Amino acid sequence: MLETRDVTFTTGGATLLHHASAGFESGTVTGLLGPNGAGKSTLLKLLAGLLPPTEGAVFCDGDDLTHLNQSRRARRIAYMPQDIPPFPPMPVREIASLGRLPYAEAPDVALNHPAVSMAMGLVGLDDLATRPASRLSGGERARLMLARALAVEAPVLLADEPVAALDPAHALSVMRVFRALAAEGRCVVLVIHDLMLATRFCDRLVVMKEGAIRYALPAEALSDAMVREVYGVDVRRVEGAVVPWG
Amino acid sequence: MTVPRPAGLILLLFALVASLSIAALLWGEAPIDVFAAFRDWVAGRPTVGAVILGQLRLPRLLLALMVGGTLGLCGAVLQGYLRNPLADPGLLGVSGGAALGAVCVFYTGLFQIAAALLPLGGLLGAAAATTLLVALVGRGGPLVLLLAGAALSSFTAALTALVLNLVPSPYATFEIMRWLMGSLTDRTMTDVMLALPGVVIGCFLMLGTGRALDALTMGEDVAESLGFRLHGLRGVQMRVVAGAALAVGSCVAVSGAIGFVGLVVPHLLRPLTGHRPARLLIPSALGGAALVLASDLAVRMLAGRAELKLGVVTALIGAPVFFHRVILFRKQGAL
Repeated sequence: MLETRDVTFTTGGATLLHHASAGFESGTVTGLLGPNGAGKSTLLKLLAGLLPPTEGAVFCDGDDLTHLNQSRRARRIAYMPQDIPPFPPMPVREIASLGRLPYAEAPDVALNHPAVSMAMGLVGLDDLATRPASRLSGGERARLMLARALAVEAPVLLADEPVAALDPAHALSVMRVFRALAAEGRCVVLVIHDLMLATRFCDRLVVMKEGAIRYALPAEALSDAMVREVYGVDVRRVEGAVVPWG
Repeated sequence: MTVPRPAGLILLLFALVASLSIAALLWGEAPIDVFAAFRDWVAGRPTVGAVILGQLRLPRLLLALMVGGTLGLCGAVLQGYLRNPLADPGLLGVSGGAALGAVCVFYTGLFQIAAALLPLGGLLGAAAATTLLVALVGRGGPLVLLLAGAALSSFTAALTALVLNLVPSPYATFEIMRWLMGSLTDRTMTDVMLALPGVVIGCFLMLGTGRALDALTMGEDVAESLGFRLHGLRGVQMRVVAGAALAVGSCVAVSGAIGFVGLVVPHLLRPLTGHRPARLLIPSALGGAALVLASDLAVRMLAGRAELKLGVVTALIGAPVFFHRVILFRKQGAL
């Protein structure tokens, strides 16, 4: 579905990504792991077509992203950024309906589109549909950004730290949404720091450090040694720890 | 769920603009039969009524509509693009360029050769400032645009001050200062025709940015991921910068600087349009036209020994409205 072939990205004299090659299949959830500054967000932006590779290329279903028409790309790849801007006081549901912009629908058609209803329901924002988006909490704002991305109904969903601001219940529920999307055949790629959620809900992990992909492996194959090498921390597998589960 | 529809608001504002336009044509110091004057004007009969209507009131009305509409629209577009409710058409620095061009025409005495050279100088100044702005901004984002606009504003203000400094006669300084205050008095159809191309092209470019401005409420990355090209020659920023610069530059070239319209009108109308940038564009253009028309009518009605300048009136109306918004913002935390 999505593939980077020997992608290097350089900006302002600094190389943020070195010769990264990785494939992201339909029907899977892939977690991008790595310490701060490892190049995860840069890789995600390259996958979204928001940054042009300095060398190499990113392909979506065999099409080079740099040559793909912008609106076709927008319907194929939905993207949720890490930074969430302050929203204007538009109703929450109307912000979510902006995910329909690539389809050039009339605003009221977009607002009442089933995809928007579905997205609002999936992230648990149904009750807040008419609230001004400027009055949401941090976690609610993150869920609204995700709802906006889900409303695109794209076969690829890229999300940069989608659960970082969420409470345990919503984090679990959002991870289940990603699993459900993968079960529908979509390709989901997440930047995630929570190793517990990553190993439990992702099919594959791409582990990065210093702008390079160190490992690309099935989630269950992540070893303590790899975590130690990449993050510089020791790992314990602890029975009896308090872990939000279901 | 229903989208707040601006149709009612647009209709109301349109009716307001239409009523003010009719009032602007009917009312004047010289009582004329407007309908007879209109027939004479169309038929090309040079009666007193036809001259007053065709050469005084009509150009003044058309310019008020163009200048007000442009400033209102431009304010809404810039505030949407920069996601900053304090953005104002003046921040581009193009108004300063237009003023400098016109001031140079004053300084060189060229305006004594032909009155049309004054707006033409303004247009040249605006065009030069637009070119410089576009070149300065390049592929940079909104912050670069703000910085480039600030640099250009300061530079044109410095050059204007230099010209004022060098002007030999105090009378010329006085004339320049009066022109800079902004006015629609004694403008002709030539002024309308000079400003029209820039206003039409500029507004056309700006009106096409509505959906992209909606997408930008969620930041640049999301807007780009939704299929909007922001930077580059065909990007949204180029449409905003070139459109606003062309339209505002053309207006300032013929009317002088008219402040606060582009800042206050989008502010007042935003809550009535559900805070969605695209829905604010047309109401803001109509609101700007209504404000400038009403202010110009006030100028005409209050005309006494010393003529009040339109730019002064709009600032006198706009500034208190802004004070009110500040107090409201402090109380409610929402603009």
